[in-house]
Amino acid sequence: MSEMKKIKNLKEFSTSADRFEGANLLCPGCAHSIIVREVLNATNDDLVLSASTGCLEVCTAVYPYTSWDASWIHIGFENGSTAVAGAEAMYKALKTKGRLKQPDRNPKFVSFAGDGASYDIGFQWISGCMERGHNMMHIVLDNEVYANTGGQRSSSTPIGASATTSPAGRVSYGEKRNKKDMVSIMASHHIPYSAQVSPNKWKDMVKKIQHGFAVDGPVFINAASPCTTEWKFDPKDTMTIADLATDSLVFPLYEIIDGRELNITYRPKNIVPVEDYLAAQGRFKHLFKDEYKYLIKEWQERIDDNWAYLQRREEAKV
Amino acid sequence: MAFDKMELKDIEVWDGNFAAAQALRQCQIDVVAAYPITPSTPIVEGYAKFLSDNYIEGEFVMVESEHAAMSGCIGAAAAGGRVATATSSQGFALMVETLYQASGMRLPIVLNVVNRALASPLNVNGDHSDMYLGRDSGWIQIDAYCPQDAYDLNFIAFKVSEDHDIRLPAMVHQDGFMTSHTAQGVHTLSDDVAYNFVGNYKPMNDMLDFEHPVTHGVQTEEDWHFEHKARQHNDLMTKVLPKIQEAFDDFEKLSGRKYNIVEEYDTKDADVCVVCLGSSVETAREVALEMRAKGIKAGVVGIRVIRPFPFEQVRDALKGIKSIAALDRSSPNGAAGMLFNEIAGSLFNTDTKALLSGYIYGLGGRDLTKAHLVDLFTELQANVDAGKVTTPLQQFIGVRGPKLSYL
Repeated sequence: MSEMKKIKNLKEFSTSADRFEGANLLCPGCAHSIIVREVLNATNDDLVLSASTGCLEVCTAVYPYTSWDASWIHIGFENGSTAVAGAEAMYKALKTKGRLKQPDRNPKFVSFAGDGASYDIGFQWISGCMERGHNMMHIVLDNEVYANTGGQRSSSTPIGASATTSPAGRVSYGEKRNKKDMVSIMASHHIPYSAQVSPNKWKDMVKKIQHGFAVDGPVFINAASPCTTEWKFDPKDTMTIADLATDSLVFPLYEIIDGRELNITYRPKNIVPVEDYLAAQGRFKHLFKDEYKYLIKEWQERIDDNWAYLQRREEAKV
Repeated sequence: MAFDKMELKDIEVWDGNFAAAQALRQCQIDVVAAYPITPSTPIVEGYAKFLSDNYIEGEFVMVESEHAAMSGCIGAAAAGGRVATATSSQGFALMVETLYQASGMRLPIVLNVVNRALASPLNVNGDHSDMYLGRDSGWIQIDAYCPQDAYDLNFIAFKVSEDHDIRLPAMVHQDGFMTSHTAQGVHTLSDDVAYNFVGNYKPMNDMLDFEHPVTHGVQTEEDWHFEHKARQHNDLMTKVLPKIQEAFDDFEKLSGRKYNIVEEYDTKDADVCVVCLGSSVETAREVALEMRAKGIKAGVVGIRVIRPFPFEQVRDALKGIKSIAALDRSSPNGAAGMLFNEIAGSLFNTDTKALLSGYIYGLGGRDLTKAHLVDLFTELQANVDAGKVTTPLQQFIGVRGPKLSYL
């Protein structure tokens, strides 16, 4: 077992050895890069990383450049998780056979993918990786939309959001379906650890990532990733939006141990109305027309209901 | 726990699938990621059994689809070790996206393809539809005609694929059921001799070398994509066949068994010649000998290496032949057959006077009988006698109903 990295404060955290370079093509204000840096900086161990096709991939490995100072692979849209699983299998094989070049290391295997590459097209691959017990972590950079291809809806897009394939219009309020509960689905694989994180709560993030690295077996992390381009907010407001997401409980922060014990890891002192979260983003602008205001009320009820559900689960330790 | 070696008889009775599984065992694969599909399943079942009996040291990852199987193989190969898998038909079709990715990423992986028809209609039997589907994927494709070949050519595939001048994945094809499930005598190599022929895996750009982090699978657009693809094609066109020939030569010294990039049978003085793939080569040889007894100077050419296509070797093999038949076991669906096209490409712009006709046969496992081949050679001789092709350029043989022919 490798030593867990000790992080005293944000200044130290933000200036510790960085294996994801700032030289990349992501949009100003993109939360992906913040999340990736937080994850990578949570450990000093060697890393084997993958990215599924998507914003993170196309913006960080454009030949002849790379933003990654760690082993990194991209194959396709749906199979980034399995790329890492294959590498992890090779690590085990070479360890058994005594052929590792640096046998004293404790590499961490991590796949990054967007919500489209995780909730939709890569769903089966991730399920396979979780079920087979690979010692790996899959992290969803959940911006609730196919951002790389210009803002189409995914099964993570929440109800009422305007996306290019579920646009708000004269007779439509945009996306009609509710977001898929991916954390629960993955926890149902009875993996040792699954959690939801958000980049604004960096201590919570680091704790969960370090917990995930410490357990033996597959780990699933869903990371809220506010998207300045598709959620339509000013690039300087990324962290404000993330704060609204966690403090309105639209993105509640919790963890599930072994698929059967849920712990809430962040309880906002002042719970913000969901309306404030929606109002801060252009993708929900149309909901504030008189005819759609009932949807804002329904949003609040749904979030309240989910928060009550999470608390019941925590209390009952299920 | 060290693994055990297996004592083999000089000649074992193996079908093509088990021969391939034994070759994989002897090559000591580090990671196999696989998914079952008829008729290739016994290869990975055999491998799993070897593992459970401690004849293998490595990881066997039973994934949830063929796409994931090749995805896992790509990740494992990039990590830096010996990798193999097997598939057929629909599984191969599901893998196609990743086949292009594996070759474009220049990762050595050996894929045993037990050839089977593609749906619809669903069919589990052998034809070459899946093999042909892979022909532009940037892989090396080598064809086994019998279980002995399926065994031997796996060693060749690893040796060529993993060579640092090559770094391209390789398929070893064998015919579904006709080869994969037909037991024959197979001359074996001992575990040590077989392994030493292939040699230790030599990693390159391996992700598990943490002192030298690498980025695999980058983005290139119009600025660099063409150069990458051109370089891959150039290596296939210029480097692979000499390396395969070298491996064939080394293997002959080791085993006494001689393989050729293009297999020629009685072609030197032949007037008529059949060009085909897979288990049909043996049938065609037998009929060609019988035709010779009847006074028709018949020969057979078997294509051993399908990709890169051996244009020069095919041209040389067919030199002086007067009438040639290209036999394609895959529906070209609106075009000439692949072999017809490639042979035409090989001979065009030469001073050949050869007549070329194409035959589509054996779809979905339909037998190619000796009677079919007798008729076929007779037609080729009629072409020679007439000094022109006397039949349509494309004929379907062995199919029910009114005769289908085109062009």
